[in-house]
Amino acid sequence: MSGFSLEQLSNRLGSYIESSSEFRGENTYFVAPDKTLKILQILKEEFKFTYLVDLTAVDYLGIKSPRFEIVYYLHRFGEDYDENIRIRIKTKITEDNPSIDSATSIWTGADWLEREVYDMFGIVFKGHPDLRRILMPEDYDEFPLRKDFDVRNREPSKKSFQKALREGNF
Amino acid sequence: MERVEFIEEQSSDPNLRKESMILNMGPQHPSTHGVLRVVLYLDGEVVQEAVPYVGYLHRGIEKLCEDITYQQCLPYTDRMDYIASICNNIGFILSVEKLLGIEDEIPQRAKVTEVILSELGRIESHLVGIGTNAMDLGAMSAFLYCFKERERIYDILEIVCGARLTTSYPRVGGLPDELPDNFEEVIRNFIKIFPKTLNEVDKLLTRNKIFIERTRGVATITAEEAIGFGLTGPSLRGSGVPFDLRKSNPYLNYDHYDFEIPVASDGDAYSRFLCRFEEMRQSLKIIEQAINNLPDGPYIADLPDIVLPEKQKVYTQMESLIRHFVIVYNGFNTPPGEIYHGVENPKGELGYYIVSDGTGKPYRIHVRGPSFVNMQALPMMAKGRLVADVIAAIGSIDIVLGEIDR
Amino acid sequence: MGINAAPTAGGEGFLTTTVNSVANWGRKNSLWPMPFGTACCAIEMMGAMMSRFDLSRFGAEVARFSPRQADLMIVSGTITYKMASVCRNIYEQMPEPKWVIAMGSCTCGGGPFDSYAVVQGIDEFLPVDVYIGGCPPRPEALIDAVIKIQKKIDIEGAPIV
Repeated sequence: MSGFSLEQLSNRLGSYIESSSEFRGENTYFVAPDKTLKILQILKEEFKFTYLVDLTAVDYLGIKSPRFEIVYYLHRFGEDYDENIRIRIKTKITEDNPSIDSATSIWTGADWLEREVYDMFGIVFKGHPDLRRILMPEDYDEFPLRKDFDVRNREPSKKSFQKALREGNF
Repeated sequence: MERVEFIEEQSSDPNLRKESMILNMGPQHPSTHGVLRVVLYLDGEVVQEAVPYVGYLHRGIEKLCEDITYQQCLPYTDRMDYIASICNNIGFILSVEKLLGIEDEIPQRAKVTEVILSELGRIESHLVGIGTNAMDLGAMSAFLYCFKERERIYDILEIVCGARLTTSYPRVGGLPDELPDNFEEVIRNFIKIFPKTLNEVDKLLTRNKIFIERTRGVATITAEEAIGFGLTGPSLRGSGVPFDLRKSNPYLNYDHYDFEIPVASDGDAYSRFLCRFEEMRQSLKIIEQAINNLPDGPYIADLPDIVLPEKQKVYTQMESLIRHFVIVYNGFNTPPGEIYHGVENPKGELGYYIVSDGTGKPYRIHVRGPSFVNMQALPMMAKGRLVADVIAAIGSIDIVLGEIDR
Repeated sequence: MGINAAPTAGGEGFLTTTVNSVANWGRKNSLWPMPFGTACCAIEMMGAMMSRFDLSRFGAEVARFSPRQADLMIVSGTITYKMASVCRNIYEQMPEPKWVIAMGSCTCGGGPFDSYAVVQGIDEFLPVDVYIGGCPPRPEALIDAVIKIQKKIDIEGAPIV
């Protein structure tokens, strides 16, 4: 699809986009959580955003509601790798039972990125083939990057360390 | 749990049974380049499934950066990709400068120096990547030659910033101090001597029959699969995709330099090795152009709210003393918003996603580590191959665990 | 092991102390290090074993990655709680006599990482003989630490654990 422009994008997605903004040359679009998978599919298949650069989450405890925001950053190469356009898609997730559809059916590279978001924030990705903790030990019971977790709180880690020493399961 | 098909066959003879063997390449292993654990499900010598486990070096850097100022976050960025720390630093400083919107006010002298140091970091990292890849496959001499050259680069970094490995060198706005007097001489000396070692390693490895047998056709990945995984860097260019952030979304005036991006077409471990090798020669070309055009002038931008004042003024003038105190204690105020900036690190695209709430401390920093995303391709590369090919695959992706685990 | 001051073996007599000192001389001049490198300090440890700062001049040439064949464990790099149980397991697998060098600030006291996942000093679960500060310490500092271990072996002999 040559001659890509952002107006084409907003025309096609139309009412799915709740709001959009631009800062330092980057365009961000807010979408609803239940429509996110559909929009990402349109972006990959019709608009050729084949490269998922980053997938992460931010916790706005006490500042905004709903509390979590999931951020997808996509890249479009263009026909001869000459366009290189990037956009950001964001969606808001509530605090109780945070969950959203997994993007692994669209990009295989979303696998570990989603596991990290689950590990750090506790957001469940429905349809993920293997959602387990990736950076913390598997029996860790807190979500470290949430704003109500103190950075120096080593007690949960010590608990799983003692358990690993006792049971010998590393 | 994990999605592995465990073989368990019972034949008609009650004494004969066949089952998969589970082999643990534990976190402590000479060939895993750090604390990586790979659990191999084997059918004899053939790998059915390779499941990597990471997180043994997770230090909580993203959380630690949330209650310190931006300048204080800089030393943490060194320790993520510790093999080419200077590239991480430059990426972070460029991201903060993008957030503040001061990219046009950085003096040319700082930008050209950052290009030189970035390319030295790229050479540094590829020396380790190629050296350890070769050592894992048995070619031990190449590793010694590569490390000897790395010591030369350490000497250059030491005269510039005082540290060998974890540099923490640039500042928001430019460089912390004037370059040393013998900087140009040392760089020109390096440009003269380095190609000789490159040629030696070339003779040792590139047409070495054993090296080719161990890497050609091993750990293959097609271009479409690579883009689907989000691979970047030589791992992507080895599969034929000509994508390099220095050409596609240039930063630090890379579009003014004349260099090429090596792209190989086979997608196997040998192609990735060739890409890395040629990238070192291209980096040398960029360093030569940069040192020929190193302009005189200030080394840091003239921005009173962001840059620390000169020490002489701090000792003698009251306003400078107060400004110094405020910038160090509170940090400089940033506009609220969020940005992402990606740089072409030797291992792939390193990106910093910074969310700012208007104060001097970041609200959230997320680091998009290239090795973290590249590592996802390992199970696919290892499936159906021999155990020894898993070692070649890990070496050819060129990972560093500090970046995977952060 | 070591020929210790047991009354039946001749006590602290001339013969046993001479044999003891010969055994210690042999031990200290042919230490077999096991590099337990996790992070940035591992790169400086590799640098110490390479051609410029040659660690093998002091006898520590054979770097064995298998704990069963080593007697000096150089822990370099940050140890997290997830890795700590593995580290302890590897230490238990080493045969006596064995020594431990804690290389770098992270192993001495957590280093710059005062966070939820990092052990604040490996002496929480391992007995350490020599601590090296630095982030990362220069290879010369590691060589200095190996020389201190050699002096320690001279004075104390094999540690009685």
